Amino acid sequence: MSNPTTPRAIVAGHGGFAAGLVSAVEVITGRGDTFYPVAVPDLSAADIEAFLREAMDRTGARVIFTDLHAGSCTMAARRILRGTPDAVLVSGANLPALIDFAFAEAKPGPTAARHAADRGRAAIITLEGTP
Amino acid sequence: MTLVLHRIDDRLIHGQVVLGWGPPLGVEFIVLVDDAVATSDWERELYEMAVPPDMEVYFHPVEGSAAALAQYRADERPGILLTGSVESMRRLVEGNGIPAVNVGGIHHRADRTPRLRYVFLSPAEEQALREIAARGVEVTAQDVPSAHPVPLETLLTSRHEL
Repeated sequence: MSNPTTPRAIVAGHGGFAAGLVSAVEVITGRGDTFYPVAVPDLSAADIEAFLREAMDRTGARVIFTDLHAGSCTMAARRILRGTPDAVLVSGANLPALIDFAFAEAKPGPTAARHAADRGRAAIITLEGTP
Repeated sequence: MTLVLHRIDDRLIHGQVVLGWGPPLGVEFIVLVDDAVATSDWERELYEMAVPPDMEVYFHPVEGSAAALAQYRADERPGILLTGSVESMRRLVEGNGIPAVNVGGIHHRADRTPRLRYVFLSPAEEQALREIAARGVEVTAQDVPSAHPVPLETLLTSRHEL
């Protein structure tokens, strides 16, 4: 990573989702180290939750981006939110959302996370072919 | 339709269940049989929020859930029955005419042997699976629909290298 900083958010999801997205953020912005990617291959729900808690403790990050609303990482993150009032979860994260967050270092984490979620939603469009 | 899948999965409702099996089977409801979840408002809400709006979730403790199975079998919609443990499924299978059990995900624990990437089993769980099979129930391991089902005997003699 070219711009070493303390990660401000955890990215977690299925397969290589987290590493892939963070790698893409790095390629595009050089700010990949805004994020701490977490992969959770074939772990139990309790182990995934412990893994995420450990990542949060290690980095101090209180924002979690996950892939699927029903995914195991999201379920684990939702358990963490209970009793962690300063934590924020953004599920259904995509590259535009992470890039937006990466450039929002001046904003508090929750504010930046909400803005990133709005940006990620707005970035999904469909285009039709023309004759 | 009826209950089209009886699955053991210690993650209960998650991506593989909702999005992996749900669309191919046309699943419209999930019956989640788990004592801890059935008795906790917070746990029930957690799982209810994890499914799409057009999918319903029903919660039952293991004890007494057998009677409800008949009702779900008579449902016109396709559904999935989920338990979080082998023991819960073993108790459900007793006298309930469950034709097949899908071992979908049982993960690492200190007393478990890794059998497949997604199936770790303790000696007691292996015995319970044998007891389920001895009742004429087809027991296979399969995490997602596109994977090949692994028969019980193959599962119990497999060893996954970590």
